[in-house]
Amino acid sequence: MASRKGLGGEGSAPVPHVLAVDDSSVDRAVIAGILRSSQFRVTAVDSGKRALELLGTEPNVSMIITDYWMPEMTGYELLKKVKESSRLKEIPVVIMSSENVPTRINRCLEEGAEDFLLKPVRPVDVSRLCSRVLR
Amino acid sequence: MDYTNLRRQIISMKKSLFDQGYLDEQFNQLEELQDDSSPNFVDEVVALFFKDSSRLLTNIEQALEKYPQDFYRLDSLVYQFKGSGSSIGALRMKNECSMFKAHCNDRDLEGYRTLDDSSSIPASHSLLEQLHLIPWLTQMPPVTPEDKEGACHSEAEAGDIFSCKHKHQIKGPVST
Repeated sequence: MASRKGLGGEGSAPVPHVLAVDDSSVDRAVIAGILRSSQFRVTAVDSGKRALELLGTEPNVSMIITDYWMPEMTGYELLKKVKESSRLKEIPVVIMSSENVPTRINRCLEEGAEDFLLKPVRPVDVSRLCSRVLR
Repeated sequence: MDYTNLRRQIISMKKSLFDQGYLDEQFNQLEELQDDSSPNFVDEVVALFFKDSSRLLTNIEQALEKYPQDFYRLDSLVYQFKGSGSSIGALRMKNECSMFKAHCNDRDLEGYRTLDDSSSIPASHSLLEQLHLIPWLTQMPPVTPEDKEGACHSEAEAGDIFSCKHKHQIKGPVST
């Protein structure tokens, strides 16, 4: 699922492009809706594999926000792959999870995650995060 | 057509879902995200939830019928169910899922089955079907001065949840 909405006018700064990764269609819709309401351009994919495919072709991703628990590739594994890539490692990665597990949170932050959000993600959480990370 | 009573009934139904703990603040957050650029946002998210949850409920029912039970699979299915329910603000369903997961962890589903039938994941889920009615609030004609007295009276009863600041405009049929 992809939802794109760029609002940058002629001569204005490019609109940040956020890549949302979540295997749940409901959560993808919610996070995309929250990001869209903050005037970001959003692409939402359903797996870490698809996220890496897109990152290989899309040069200007400003931030990745990914669910932790996904089949085949977890958000943590996606985070590691991004941070191991010389081309992608500067992209901020935010992890989302419905479970508040301190060891999980610490492991992600130590691996270079920008932040860790507990689900359900609220608009104010994302707004605060994006203000800090993207502006 | 007199939409006043219909609007009042839907608002009352929605209030009841909040009062009885079936919905929480997260649902309000979703409604706040609905705007002119995404006029059907809530309806779309609710539709995705029911599409997802129907599949998960079927899988859970099939997993429950197996013996010996695969608690790992059951736990995984209910985890997904709980997650999407939580994202739309389905509070009671989320709590039912937590209870079910606890019984899975204890390998004791018999204990879960002895609970009151109204306290079950399918029961909580089926009550949420009423959420499909809520987008109709935006499909009805604009509130007239005559309507407003009745509608606002209902909204005053409903409290801050349904404050008159929400502007409802007719958008035409909801695409499904």
